[in-house]
Amino acid sequence: MSDKALFEYACRLGDDSLILGQRLSEWCGHAPMLEIDLSLANIGLDLIGQATHFLKLAGDVEGKGRDADALAFRRDVLDFRNCLLVEQPNGDFAQTIARQFLFSNWQELLFRDLTRSRNETIAAIAAKAVKEVAYHTRFADEWMVRLGDGTDESRGRIAAGLDWMWRFVDELFEVDAAIAPLIAAGIGADVRALRTEWDARVAKTLADATLELPKPRRATLGGRAGHHSEHLGHLLSEMQFLQRAYPGATW
Amino acid sequence: MYTTELDDNKKKPATVPSAPEDPVRLAAFEARVAADDFIEPKDWMPEAYRKTLIRQISQHAHSEIVGMLPEGNWITRAPSLRRKAVLLAKVQDEGGHGLYLYAAAETLGTSRDEMIEALHSGRAKYSTIFNYPTLTWADIGAIGWLVDGAAIMNQVPLQRTSYGPYARAMVRICKEESFHQRQGYEIMMTLAAGTAEQKRMAQSALDRWWWPSLMMFGPPDDNSPNSAQSMRWRIKRETNDQIRQKFIDVTVPQAEAIDLQVPDPALKWNETRGSYDFGEIDWEEFYAVVRGEGPLAKERMNARVKAWEEGAWVREAAMAHADKRRVRAAAE
Repeated sequence: MSDKALFEYACRLGDDSLILGQRLSEWCGHAPMLEIDLSLANIGLDLIGQATHFLKLAGDVEGKGRDADALAFRRDVLDFRNCLLVEQPNGDFAQTIARQFLFSNWQELLFRDLTRSRNETIAAIAAKAVKEVAYHTRFADEWMVRLGDGTDESRGRIAAGLDWMWRFVDELFEVDAAIAPLIAAGIGADVRALRTEWDARVAKTLADATLELPKPRRATLGGRAGHHSEHLGHLLSEMQFLQRAYPGATW
Repeated sequence: MYTTELDDNKKKPATVPSAPEDPVRLAAFEARVAADDFIEPKDWMPEAYRKTLIRQISQHAHSEIVGMLPEGNWITRAPSLRRKAVLLAKVQDEGGHGLYLYAAAETLGTSRDEMIEALHSGRAKYSTIFNYPTLTWADIGAIGWLVDGAAIMNQVPLQRTSYGPYARAMVRICKEESFHQRQGYEIMMTLAAGTAEQKRMAQSALDRWWWPSLMMFGPPDDNSPNSAQSMRWRIKRETNDQIRQKFIDVTVPQAEAIDLQVPDPALKWNETRGSYDFGEIDWEEFYAVVRGEGPLAKERMNARVKAWEEGAWVREAAMAHADKRRVRAAAE
């Protein structure tokens, strides 16, 4: 197994958590109610914690002296490996919830699988994170139901949010040549095998929310290869400001 | 994060109860408070005590919530993953404090919605400190160190305040504030030991936050007419000037330890008093900020009102959904 493949994989896992954590932290102080503010911050914190562990692993595997901060704050768009879903702007609360719903349901299944990874570090991170993500999923599922089966306005907004995010779903289940060997070696999770269970979970919650499953559409891909949306560059320019403006300083 | 008497006392007389209280009950109440008993929500209490507490606890809650904004301003720009996580956790704690304080105030017969409405309409006050801008990362350090440091000074005595729910909320809040103060000081320490640019940020933050932090303790005792009654009722346990002095005495050596200059040329150790003498506080600035003329007062309130109004559909949806569930459960 090449270290390059493992580096790539750890970056994908870490970047998904980092970018979504960053997005959620944008809500802090501005959420629709105090309880939601606290929950979003809490989920963001879990994700930033996961990112720290995965990016540390990436830096260790790479062996070039980059730590988690160097990877988080000093890579540019082309080197980020997160899926497109997590970098989508928060939009209104419905869009944020739709993104969280699709992602957390996927991440929970992914981490459940990764608890059995032959890479001990990945297995250990996943074992801790899967418990956190079970809460994220519950939070998102419950809000999907409240918004779908709430008022006409909330229903319209959550349907629109889901519609916006849906084109990024297929990317979550993509397996490319870069990680295929890791799956064969029992280190990475075969996300293709998670699709049926994910579909069933999503269908169940959408039924509870009295929402329809969005129609299939052409998948938008590219995040895993560094081909992102325009949104990521702006997110990074904000997140990386201090490290870029004052190179070499210790914070 | 902090509380004190924020009314513009130059304009208003001290609160006077609208109707005389039953003297027997009042005497019994005063005796319990004097004996350091806790007053609980179901106990009889004078109307003025209830009103003062609602005002004080809700101001405290509002300060926690508005206080999320200046620090929240830097979460997305925090310079490392660790700093980001710690700041996010800290700001989340402040939100949690707001939540228990609103709950404590609700035990006195008001509702969170009423309190929020009073904040948004400008009737209720919040700490003047949060109307100042956070310009650089060092301001996050200064807020933790000075603002949370001042909050601890104010709040430690309130763990023994006479109203039970408030005192108990304060026990938990004080534990968290002490972690906040340490993380703030640690940021300042790192910057002060860093590059010339970082040291400049740290000194600038101390220059800008020092005087507003001293103002957090409220007007001087000779201009704080509500204080005497609040002290007698043990809503307050130490006077504004006493706590302010204690804060200065603790904080000045901390600034010296990291080689930052406190921006007060009159600051001098007074051997006789065993305390620092310090310069004149600009009370005109304090009263202007209390009146809503702080540098960012309009921005802070706009941000709160915008979050509240834009979130209305979410709260309505949650209530509509809860109603539907109740109807369905009743039909089954």
